[in-house]
Amino acid sequence: MDNFYNDNRRFYLNHIDLEEIVSDLENGYHDHGAEALHSYEEAREWFEMTLKNAGEICANFVAPRAAAVDEQGPNYRDGLVSWAPETQENMKVLSDAGYLGGTLPRKYGGLNLPVTVNTVIVEMVSQADASLMNLFGLQDIAVTVNKFGNEEQKDRVLPKFCKGEVSGSMALTEPDAGSDLQSVALRAIEKDGEWYLDGVKRFITNGSGEVSLVLARSEEGSKGGRGLSMFLYERYRDNNMFVRRIENKHGIHGSPTCEMQFNMAKAELVGKRKFGLIKYVMSLMNGARLAVSAQALGIAQAAFEEAVKYANEREQFGQAIVHFPAVYQMLKKMQAEIETTRLLLYRTARFVDIEDMYERQSHRGGDVKTEQKYANAMAGFLTPLSKFTATEMANKVAYDAVQIHGGCGYMKDFPVERLARDARITNIYEGTTQLQVVAAIGGVINNILEKEWQELEELKILELRTDKDRILGFVRQLQEIVAIVTALRNKDFQDYVANFLVEIASIAYRCALFLPVAEEFPEKRALFRFFMNEAVTRIDYLVSVIQSLKDSYGESIVALKENFIKK
Amino acid sequence: MKKIVVLAKQVPDTANVTVDAMKSDGTVNRAALPAIFNPEDLNALEMALSIKDKLGADVIVITMGPPKAVEILKHSLYMGADRIMLITDRKFAAADTLATSYVLAETIKRIGNVDLVLAGRQAIDGDTAQVGPQVADKIAFNQITYVSALKEITDDYLVVERDGDVQTEVMKTGYPVLLTVTTEANTHRYPNCRKMLQFFRADLKDNFNETDRLLAAENGWIIPTYTLEDLELDEDRCGLKGSPTRVHKIKSIMLKGGDLKMYGTDATDIKHLVRDIMKDYVEVN
Repeated sequence: MDNFYNDNRRFYLNHIDLEEIVSDLENGYHDHGAEALHSYEEAREWFEMTLKNAGEICANFVAPRAAAVDEQGPNYRDGLVSWAPETQENMKVLSDAGYLGGTLPRKYGGLNLPVTVNTVIVEMVSQADASLMNLFGLQDIAVTVNKFGNEEQKDRVLPKFCKGEVSGSMALTEPDAGSDLQSVALRAIEKDGEWYLDGVKRFITNGSGEVSLVLARSEEGSKGGRGLSMFLYERYRDNNMFVRRIENKHGIHGSPTCEMQFNMAKAELVGKRKFGLIKYVMSLMNGARLAVSAQALGIAQAAFEEAVKYANEREQFGQAIVHFPAVYQMLKKMQAEIETTRLLLYRTARFVDIEDMYERQSHRGGDVKTEQKYANAMAGFLTPLSKFTATEMANKVAYDAVQIHGGCGYMKDFPVERLARDARITNIYEGTTQLQVVAAIGGVINNILEKEWQELEELKILELRTDKDRILGFVRQLQEIVAIVTALRNKDFQDYVANFLVEIASIAYRCALFLPVAEEFPEKRALFRFFMNEAVTRIDYLVSVIQSLKDSYGESIVALKENFIKK
Repeated sequence: MKKIVVLAKQVPDTANVTVDAMKSDGTVNRAALPAIFNPEDLNALEMALSIKDKLGADVIVITMGPPKAVEILKHSLYMGADRIMLITDRKFAAADTLATSYVLAETIKRIGNVDLVLAGRQAIDGDTAQVGPQVADKIAFNQITYVSALKEITDDYLVVERDGDVQTEVMKTGYPVLLTVTTEANTHRYPNCRKMLQFFRADLKDNFNETDRLLAAENGWIIPTYTLEDLELDEDRCGLKGSPTRVHKIKSIMLKGGDLKMYGTDATDIKHLVRDIMKDYVEVN
């Protein structure tokens, strides 16, 4: 029987050390009862079972329904939205198997899994049906309620999520507030100690769900992010929210994208007033960005597998097309990008786990300020770096997978056609690639990976010593070019080349993560070498692009926009 | 509904044969085949669990087999079974359907107050489809075989569809009753992660060391086993002793596509058809 929890995922996940994280999650293994875990080994054994089970569901139940979901999509009638029948079945199966509260505490019915393990599940769900991830991944709503809601809100909402009785949405975007969430205008009005929401949200994934986290302007007359608070809206307690329409989209057809009209709909404040955007949405968004990175990687995996399969089946000029260099060149690049992105994603998820761990420890009164600060910074940097890397990669992989299929890839008869459409949203929503660059560039400029580079330097590498030196060379190249850019003291120039710098950081970091794996496992060396070769040329190229831009334009980079400005 | 008993069997995965499934002496090469939950028994278990979801019931899964069969019992717990029983004894070995049904029937009698027994139509190793019906006979239950759909169920009666070769019958019956179920009956559920967490450490009592045994007992991780003695069975009716079936010979037969041959509908042509079939597929000793 097929299983999406394949050797590759297992290999990279087994490489991630979760020992400290799991011990903290499991209360130092001091709990009693049939569900209490007593050691890290036991925990890993159970994780392995949950992953295998999820892999089997994804491969054998969800994936065969993906084409039907894509074809049919959700239905909208008189304000009521219903998912495609196959989507409903998928959610029921995942819910019955217990996956809807992946990282939520067990007292609410969740599994209390590390984010890293749950991320692999999200990746597999996405490989099976990318649009299902948008509903499955909205567990992040519940995670946010768990982090910032009060006990009453948690007791009321979380068990419903875990049982699959409700689904959620994060209602942030408005017609005039997309990337710029500071200009959110939907009003939250306080009357007799109760809060009411009034206004419109647009492009809300599953806005028809029962539970929404709504970003709203609670401070009348305020401008900017500090006038915004986060609200919990529950449709089963109030019926003054109306779904006006659902969008007709390019991809991820299975998930309804809603326009929500709130007419003085009763809601509850989550956490503290005015912290909506600056604290809660950032947390919610980072969770969603990690999930979208996993979604992108899952789509890429699916597209890659389709491409390999087709390249073997399709014969032209008397042989299977996989034998043509032009074809296996594309396949090899796909494979290298997918596996190195997987390394980066799992590493990122682990830092999110560490961040959560220190947060829990500090709640319990532990003095972990320094560690927490570092974990926050790393998770805050690696999350956009992962999204930047994974979502652009998924688009490229899907694009090439269509290319390998030739004309067939353009037809709806083959899954790559859908995969290419589904991939296209990943580098747009939850912050475009351009915004991920904005989120990550500070870390690149300030050398946030310093400790990681140091670890690389101290790493005992015997067989791949020269490769280690080459990677340390990449790091020097990065630092030198960053110094050149910053010395210019020109914000426009820095912003113009920011995506190049972030890309160099992504490549160098993935090489650094790959190195110890290739050192330990000789069977990975061929792929490592391939990626290293790609990295050398790509980094040289990017560095020289930045250099020549500086030489040719420097401070006058703004002149490049002049042709496009309508007078 | 008080109690539903599900009869389950661990079988070699005949659909995923990697090397020779047959040894040179004509017996099944079990080592070459992974052991799985007999597919139609999963449908029987699913039916039991869906009835439990609807009406409430105790779902008890029983299997007769070697200690390794704990795997399918644990799987039953992950899916939501309430109780499991491993019926295991060297003296049960080499049982044919008659001996097997005797042991299972006696176990069901011991459980007592059973309203409904569900079993897969047949196991993929033996393909006899005899155990279910023989059990029904021995416990004096009504039986409906080849159930392809459960149409209606209440505490007083159930309505099922039964797949025949040429027609589908709709049947209604009161309790107690035994049903044998086909794959068409339902899509079985997947294991639940929380239940896996509760039971993944479950094992036979002897596999826990002294110190862990107490903890295992407290947490319900000891899989209950029953021997011939525990069930007070007649040894002469168990295992090889109680099995009159003698396998004459097992052959590995590969069906090959051949030339298409058309037959008419008149008596001579039909006679020829029968003759050709006899010649190709029936071994006369």
